[in-house]
Parts: sequence; C-alpha cells; structure tokens
Amino acid sequence: MELTTLWFSIIAFLWTGFFVLEGFDFGVGMLTPLVSRGEPERKQALATIGPVWDGNEVWLISAVGAMFAAFPAWYAGLLSEFYLPVVLVLTGLIIRGVGLEWRGKVRHSSDRAWCDLGIAAGSALPAFLWGAVFAALLHDGAAAALVGGAFSLVLCLLHGAVFLALKTSGPVRTRARRAALAASAVALPLGAVALSGIPAAAAAAAGGAAPLLWACALAAMSALAAGVALTWRGRDGWAFTATASAIALTVAALFTALWPAPLPGLTVAEAASGPYTLTTLTWIGLLVLPFVLAYQGWTYWVFRRRLTAAAS
Amino acid sequence: MEALDLARWQFGITTVYHFLFVPLTIGLGVFVAGLQTAWHRTGKEQYLRLTKFFGKLFLINFAMGVVTGIVQEFQFGMNWSEYSVFVGDVFGAPLALEALIAFFLESTFLGLWIFGWDRLPKRVHLASIWAAVIGSNLSAYFILAANAWMKHPVGYEVVDGRARMTDLWAVLTNSTALAQVPHVVAASFVVAGGFVLAVCGHHILKERRRDPDRTVPVRRGAGSMWHTPMRAALVMTAVAGAVVAGTGDLSGKLLYEQQPMKLAAAEGLEHDTAGAGFSPVPGVEIPMLLSLLATNDPDAVVQGTEDIQKRFEERFGPGDYRPNVPVVYLSFRVMIVFGLATTGLSVLALWLTRRRRGRRAGGPQRELPSWLARAFLLALPLPVLAVIAGWLLSEIGRQPWTVQGELLTAASVSPGVSLAEVAVSLAVFTLLYGLLAVAEAVLLVRHVKEGPEPAAPAADGGRDGRGGRRDGGDGGTAARLQPTLMY
Ligand code: HDD
Ligand code: HEM
Ligand code: HEM
Repeated sequence: MELTTLWFSIIAFLWTGFFVLEGFDFGVGMLTPLVSRGEPERKQALATIGPVWDGNEVWLISAVGAMFAAFPAWYAGLLSEFYLPVVLVLTGLIIRGVGLEWRGKVRHSSDRAWCDLGIAAGSALPAFLWGAVFAALLHDGAAAALVGGAFSLVLCLLHGAVFLALKTSGPVRTRARRAALAASAVALPLGAVALSGIPAAAAAAAGGAAPLLWACALAAMSALAAGVALTWRGRDGWAFTATASAIALTVAALFTALWPAPLPGLTVAEAASGPYTLTTLTWIGLLVLPFVLAYQGWTYWVFRRRLTAAAS
Repeated sequence: MEALDLARWQFGITTVYHFLFVPLTIGLGVFVAGLQTAWHRTGKEQYLRLTKFFGKLFLINFAMGVVTGIVQEFQFGMNWSEYSVFVGDVFGAPLALEALIAFFLESTFLGLWIFGWDRLPKRVHLASIWAAVIGSNLSAYFILAANAWMKHPVGYEVVDGRARMTDLWAVLTNSTALAQVPHVVAASFVVAGGFVLAVCGHHILKERRRDPDRTVPVRRGAGSMWHTPMRAALVMTAVAGAVVAGTGDLSGKLLYEQQPMKLAAAEGLEHDTAGAGFSPVPGVEIPMLLSLLATNDPDAVVQGTEDIQKRFEERFGPGDYRPNVPVVYLSFRVMIVFGLATTGLSVLALWLTRRRRGRRAGGPQRELPSWLARAFLLALPLPVLAVIAGWLLSEIGRQPWTVQGELLTAASVSPGVSLAEVAVSLAVFTLLYGLLAVAEAVLLVRHVKEGPEPAAPAADGGRDGRGGRRDGGDGGTAARLQPTLMY
C-alpha cells in the first residue's frame, strides 16, 4: 500500500480503538450515578473501568500523536480550527481523570459526589464533542454537528450500558440493561439519520453515489440493532461485540468519507510527512504494536470476572 | 496584546504546571517500586505498609500528571499550528513514539498494579509497577529528545519551507538530548527524594513530639519506620544531585557551541570576553569561571549578547535576537543554588547519621538531630523551584526562536486563532488548574499526615482462614490494605 494511504488507515485504526474502548468507559462514567444506589454499588460500577480507562485514553493520545507525526498539517488544522471545542474536550478529560483517580482517596461523601459529577460531566463532554467535530467536517451547519454529537453521546451511553451489564451482577446489571434499552430508543432513530448522513455527504462531495459507504453505514446500523436485540435476550457478551462493531463501522465509514481530504481544502498528500519519516515509523509501529495489543488484551483477561457489589 | 503573547503565557503556564507533577512520577515511582521489591525480598510487613503509603501519594500526583499531559499533546496544534506544520515531520516522530512505546506501557501496567493486588501472582504484580516506571522514564526520554531538537536541530533538511527528517537516529541521539535526559531525570530524582525527606522529617518530628523522652530511640529496627525510607531518600538525593551537576556542566559546554546567546544571557555577559568570569550575585565576580565552565579553558573567549546580536542580524536579517536577560540570569542561579542546596542537605544528613565507629557492621546509626528533621521540610519546595527555574532558563533563554536558527516564535503561532479564543482557553485552564492545585495539595497533605495504615495484629498476615493463596504469606495483608489504592 502507498505510504500516505497506509498512515491514513493507521490513524483511522487508532481513532477506532479510542472510540470502541474509551466509548464504553465514557458510557460507564455517565451512567454510574443512574445505575448504582449507595457506595458499594458505585464502586462496583466504576471498578469495571478502573484498571483500563487510562490505557484506553492513550489510544486518543496515540491517534493525535500519529497525526502530528504523519500529517502535521491535518493535526494542526484540526486542532486550531476547532479550538474551543477542543478546549472543552480537554476540560472534560481533565475533570474526569482526576475524578476517577481521586475518588477513592477523598474522605467525605460530598467530595465523592463532586468526583462522581466530574466523572459524568467529563465523560459526556468529549463523547458529545468528538461526534460534533467529526460531523462538522462532513456537513455544513450547526444542526448536523448537533445530530453527530448527540448520536456519539447516546452511542457511548448504549455501549457503556452493555459493558456494565456484561461486567456486573445484581441490581447494577438489571439497571444497566434497562438503561441500554432506554438508550437504544434514542440511538436507533438518531443513528439512522447520522449514519445515512455519512454516505450522503461523501456522495455530494464526490458528485456520485457511494455504494461502499452505504454498505458500511447499513452494516453499522444492523450491528446497532443486533446489539439491542441481544441485550434484550441477555446475551451480554454478544451484545457488547455488536455495539463495539457498530462503533468500529461508524468510524470506518467516517474516515472513508474523509479520504482524501480530511479537512476542507487539505488533501492527505499535501498534509503528509516525507517518505523517510513514514517508512521509519511504519517499521517501529509494526514492531511495537503487537506487544501493546497483547498486554492490553491480557489486562482485560486478568479483569475478566464479573464484579459484585461487595467484592469490588 | 496579541494572540501570540497569550499563547506564550498559556504554553508557559500549562507546561510548568505539568512539570510540577512529572518529576514526582518519575522519581517517586522508582521509589515505590523499590519499596515493594524490598517487601518482596524480605517479607517485612513494614515495607508493604510503606509501599501502600507512598503508592497512594504517588497515585494522587500521577492523576494530575496525566490530565495535564493530555493538554500538552494537543497544545502544539491548537496554538502553534505554524510550528507544528514546520516541525511535525521531525518533532512529531518522538511524540508518536512516546505515546506508542511509553504511555501505553505506563498506563496499562499501572492499572494492573492498582487493581491487581489480589488478582496477580506476587511476582507479576511487582513486575507491573516496574513496567509502569520504565514507561514513565521512557516517556521522559522521548519528550526530551523532541525538546532538545528545538534547541539543537539535527537529522533534517528544510524542503519547501518544512523540516523533513533525514535521520531518526540522529534525532534520538542528539548531543543535547543525551545531556538533557540524564540532567532532567536526575533532577526529578532530586525532587522525589526531597519529597520523601519532607514526609519522613514530618513524621519523625511528630513521633518525637509524642515521645519527648525518646524512650523509643530512632534507630534501625528499634523505633521509627521512617528511618529506612529516609536513608534511601538521602542516598537517592545525593547521588542524583551529583549526576545533575555533572550533566549540567555538560549542558553548559553544549550551550557554548550550540546556543551561545542563552549562555551569554545566563551570565548577563554583553560583549565577547576572554577569560570571562561568573557572578554568583550581581556585582561579585569570580574571574575566569565562566570560560572554564563553558570550555574547560579559563582563557577561552565567551561570546556576549550584544556581539551575538550583531552577528545574528548579519546572518538572519534585522530583529532582536536577545532573550529576556534578567529572567534567564536569575533562573540560572535559582536552579543551581536551590537544587544543590538540597543535595548538600542530604550529604550533610548522611554524614551526621553515619554508623558509629568501633562497632561491627550493622551497628546502630547516629540519631538524626531534630533541627535536621525540620530542615528536611525545605527539601520539598527547594528542588521544585530549581527545576522550574531550569525550564525557564532553557525555554526563555531560547527566545526569540522556537527552533534555534530555523523558526521564530512569532512565526510559530496559529494564524487562524483569535485573541479571544486564546484568552478563553487561557482563562479556563488557569482557573481549572488553580482549583485542582488546591484540591491536590489538600489531598496530599491529608494523606501525608494520616501516615501508613497501622500494623496488622500479630495473628494476621495471610493466615486468616483464606489459606492456600498462591501469593504467599502476606497475601492477607495485601488484600486488607488493597482498598486504599482503589475506589
Ligand atoms: C534539581 C534541579 C536542578 C539542578 C540542581 C541543576 N539543574 Fe540545570 N536544569 C534543570 C534542573 C536542575 C532542569 C529543570 O531539569 C533543566 C531545564 C531543562 C533541562 O534540560 O533541564 C535544566 C537546564 C539546564 C541548562 C540549560 C540546558 C539547555 O537549555 O540546553 C544548563 C546549562 C544547566 N541546567 C546547567 C546546570 C548546572 C551547571 C547545574 C549545577 C551544577 C545545574 N544545571 C543544576
Ligand atoms: C516540562 C517542562 C517545560 C517547561 C517548564 C517549559 C517552559 C516553557 C516556557 C516558560 C515557555 C514560554 C517561553 C517564553 O514565553 O518566552 C515555553 C515555550 C515553549 N516550549 Fe517549553 N517548557 C518545557 C518543556 C518543553 C518541551 C518538552 C517542549 C517540546 C517538546 C517545549 C516546547 C516549547 C514550545 C513549542 C514553546 C512555545 C513557543 C515559545 O514560546 O518558545 N517545552 N516553555
Ligand atoms: C511539552 C511537551 C510535553 C507533552 C506534549 C507531553 C505530553 C504528555 C501526555 C499526553 C501525557 C499523558 C499520558 C497519560 O495519559 O498517561 C503526559 C504525561 C507525562 N509526561 Fe508529559 N508532556 C510534555 C512534557 C513532558 C516532559 C518534559 C516530561 C519529562 C521530562 C514529561 C514526562 C511525563 C510523564 C512521566 C508523564 C506521566 C504522567 C505523570 O506525569 O504523572 N512530559 N505527558
């Protein structure tokens, strides 16, 4: 594969990893106050993401770092054009991070409540804003950004609820399943609008139909519907696979639609670093990434057990 | 007031703030890993309690390091888009490698360590903290290699107005980086050692207030559990201080070759001078010391700011190429004096608490004088001020360049970002960081005062009815203490 195409795909892969993994811990962060009553259940819900959320966040840092190295003009253009949304994303990530880390170290329940608020708000902000930013890249107008943001938010809620159902038992699991079904009532119709917007925008830009993108968007839609049906039937593991696939397919469609001009007036070729940098980084990436995937996967294996309210 | 000025303030404030937490992560992480290794080797419960105690302080600090670091990763693109486009090909590479190689390792294994006390075999659990610590130190290497490239760009050529990397190895083994990495990492160990000393000093004084007649002498094994971490921190601070001084001297020699303007500003030297002196304070001058420091030759000519200014104008065209001299001058002295004062304190304390002579090895240590324990409290702020001053010297001294000789700061800023936007983000981050600083300080102080968890009653220690654990005799204690590190 030609180097710029390869690096565009690698960056799409890193963003996919971020949305699939951090997507559920954004969801859990927002849902914790809703699905848990009392301190043991709070701890149970948050302990599902405790060991992994920071590792998940590094997918975002890697995606942004890879953009900086491989497509400096894309990195610089995206972050300076969406300046204020990015400030808000960072604000969210800050209050969520300290909330998660400090929650177990504060003494008073009122301080814990502040942490819970920080975790929930700090998860909601980036979940909404990344969707809005990517939608704004495809469509003009505030309405599209709102739809994109809302869909991304409710997708994270659904994904997080399904993850909670998979990882917990007892009342938290029951409430998480209910939350998943409630979220799906919004996610399905909103998804139909947002997902069909991706091929529509691409077709308008290219001046023709976009059959591949339509297939991708339809697959994402079906995965979403499958996730809801599987949650209904209590097949937690499969439901999580389905919502993860829905997110991955959405991001795939998004990045396909952004090719070859990830920003208005800027093509990948113009933005790209030189062949030396791209080749060197490709080899190092090929060497290191398998280890990263292996030890992150192993972490999920170590913490695979369902958590109960007492044992968390 | 332009967007440029605010963008510079924002970068300075957020980066200095990030670096308040970074040294503790780098140094205290190794310290905690060392304590856990000691527990693993000896099985003494005291080491486990200390691991948990310092581990908790480490995690409170780590949270701030992580969240402020994310801002750093985005900031180049937000405020410095022209800079990012110019340097991305070269500068972006170490940043991407930092995320891929260092941050994944650090965050994943720290998660395993925090939540893995009763899930992982003891050895694997110990290996997790070491893996996380290696990640932190690797991250320092990559980011400092990137930073060193700004001071001494190597391994690139400029094509169509953008830097293009030609040699990654040259970037990663930049002479400036090879001096700066050990300098900053060792300085981080001084900060962390000073932090531990302050904590130990506080607790030793507290014990003495409770027990004024000293019925429990402060001796190895006999009374205070603070003795061992204190000695370890003293050794750490003393050794790291020597490394800082040695590599700092090396940095000075590199400045002479690579960044003469910074060197001249650090001394306030206006004109090219043979046998240039060094003034510890304005007005007092030690002859020939600066030439000696910069070149090992007391008679060598050191260039002065005004003369370099003339040469730069000829080379780069009209403009003011002088940094803010008073700030650079002051920072240089604050860094050296405050940093080495901490090391001096450690060496003094090591001497005063040396073993008594005439006894066999392992004989009791001399008692730590109370005034020295009180002086340990200074070991917390002094090295922190020293590293901040070091960064001010380094970054302000480089002005007006972002990339020495290649790109001016004024040409680095994002053209499309308005004054109002930068003002909003500066206000948001400053306010948020201010609030978090208060919360962090309150949390740290409270946990320091609280001290480690009380020792387990003799009957405990793993034989509490959950026998047959794979992680050995102390597993019960580990499980009992575990919640302190989690939610
Ligand atoms: C405990 C902290 C500490 C101490 C005791 C020292 N330094 Fe330092 N110094 C730093 C902490 C630091 C730092 C924060 O780590 C800096 C900022 C950037 C860097 O590379 O390290 C730094 C930078 C820095 C630079 C600028 C390098 C550059 O910009 O390229 C020089 C020339 C020195 N130092 C020299 C010294 C000398 C001669 C010292 C005493 C013998 C010394 N430092 C002690
Ligand atoms: C973490 C410790 C660091 C501190 C305390 C620090 C401090 C500063 C300060 C105070 C400024 C403002 C200078 C001025 O207003 O004249 C600045 C500028 C800057 N520094 Fe650093 N810096 C640090 C590390 C780094 C690193 C590691 C990099 C690169 C990887 C870097 C890149 C820059 C850039 C791009 C600017 C903005 C442009 C400029 O004003 O020069 N800094 N830094
Ligand atoms: C100005 C350039 C810098 C950038 C872009 C940057 C970026 C980052 C990012 C994104 C993180 C969060 C990683 C996570 O989530 O785990 C981070 C944390 C960290 N950074 Fe920086 N950083 C900068 C300067 C520095 C410097 C100069 C050092 C060391 C000498 C350093 C050492 C660390 C360490 C050890 C951490 C781990 C978290 C902690 O500090 O507690 N960084 N940095």
